Amino acid sequence: MAKIRFIEHNGKQHEVDASNGMSVMNAAIDNLVPGIDADCGGECSCATCHVIVDEKWMKVVGQPSDQEESMLDMNPERDKNSRLSCQIKVRDELDGLVVRLPQFQI
Amino acid sequence: MSEAVDIRTSNDASSVPLDKIEIANPDRFRDNTIWPYFERLRKEDPVHYTAESVHGPFWSITTFEDIMFVDTHHDLFSSEGGITIDDEDVEFELPMFIAMDPPKHDLQRKTVSGVVAPPNLAKMESTIRERASLILDSLPKNETFNWVDKVSIELTTQMLATLFDFPWEDRRKLTYWSDLITADETSGMYGSEDERRAELLKCLEYFTVLWNQRVNTTGGSDLISMLAHGEATRNMPPMEYLGNLILLIVGGNDTTRNSISGGVIALNQNPDQYDKLRKDPSLIPNMVSEIIRWQTPLAHMRRIATQDVELRGKKIRKGDKVVMWYVSGNRDETAIPNPDAFIIDRPKARQHLSFGFGIHRCMGNRLAEMQLRVVWEEILKRFHTVELVGEPVRVRSNFVKGYSDVPVRVHAR
Repeated sequence: MAKIRFIEHNGKQHEVDASNGMSVMNAAIDNLVPGIDADCGGECSCATCHVIVDEKWMKVVGQPSDQEESMLDMNPERDKNSRLSCQIKVRDELDGLVVRLPQFQI
Repeated sequence: MSEAVDIRTSNDASSVPLDKIEIANPDRFRDNTIWPYFERLRKEDPVHYTAESVHGPFWSITTFEDIMFVDTHHDLFSSEGGITIDDEDVEFELPMFIAMDPPKHDLQRKTVSGVVAPPNLAKMESTIRERASLILDSLPKNETFNWVDKVSIELTTQMLATLFDFPWEDRRKLTYWSDLITADETSGMYGSEDERRAELLKCLEYFTVLWNQRVNTTGGSDLISMLAHGEATRNMPPMEYLGNLILLIVGGNDTTRNSISGGVIALNQNPDQYDKLRKDPSLIPNMVSEIIRWQTPLAHMRRIATQDVELRGKKIRKGDKVVMWYVSGNRDETAIPNPDAFIIDRPKARQHLSFGFGIHRCMGNRLAEMQLRVVWEEILKRFHTVELVGEPVRVRSNFVKGYSDVPVRVHAR
């Protein structure tokens, strides 16, 4: 279990409880957090579940895989802490995770 | 008149031997009788090999899941050299980034992707709304007219002219070039292949004048200025410039055009959905995704296997042509419940294949969605019904899934 905080681009915050094994993308969708489209349903192939991981959490969350990198790379809003939330699996160590949503999903 | 009737007549889909199915036959796309053939392939032979055809030998990928696999493995399935079932004309090669692999693809795409990215789109929305309003306000009253010409083509052409900052009075040239690219020999658009090439070179000539104007000025945010100044594109050879222009013209034109027309047809065939829409216009964004799935304006994309790949027990050999039939994957009942139905409030409507997935995913998807959303918002403000009053005429193509004539009458609110 982990509590995850999503911060919308306008500053609005959403704290949700997520079970281990599910993706951070699903945690957002299941709790109706706006700003995540997830067009491909979690296949790491569209980049519409883009989040920007809080700097402090980058070490725990880790870096994107090659496939994820190739999708993120095309995004004009790409940040050094960008990740696709469908590729982050919830686990105990992520309790308290903070991610920011970009202004737009592409 | 309804599609349901078309689907179930005039076909031998259940009896023809699998190896005799002509899945790429453009007549079946024009006649709207292709559906049961795809249904059969999805059930009996989802990764299907056609040994002989006018397009040469090719594999058909027909299910949602397998299409997703091929589309997201650009290392196994290359786009280099062409993305349609027919091979490129080797004497008239037009390199364009959709038909390139990384790293060149990524660099060229990034040069222009900003122009259709959401921050720029937000600035364009009021312009699109104004133009859509003008078009809708000038439609003929109490007479039948062709929705394709008066609305779908006009709106997408105006949009394209804006993106290119193209001379306004000449904008229908864009429509003409777009149609010329996707037309086949039966379209009557050109007499010979040489004639077609000559016309396309005129397109290059026209755009070269614009390039030369813009390469010497800075600060332009239109697509031509971006290409002329972009590091990955400013030294492109002329034919590569033409190739990329064609990509942007066809990509921004045919697809949205046919989705605008398709929406009118879908709502007329499903009056309960039209009622639902009138009662709740907030369903428009979801309906837009459903229209794009239902229409699937580009029926397929093709790849070439870069190595031997086994898929569903079939051995695809290095060098084989692999066709992903988006049009079939979007009607795959194992991925999309009740897929033949048009349901404007369908859950997870965004999860369709029409934009493709992976690194070649449609760059203009958000622009397309916005244009469709705005046009439907403005239609609902003005008209109780855009009534389909005759049989739509479909284009004869296994690639562009669209219409040349959609006869309608509009009825004011």
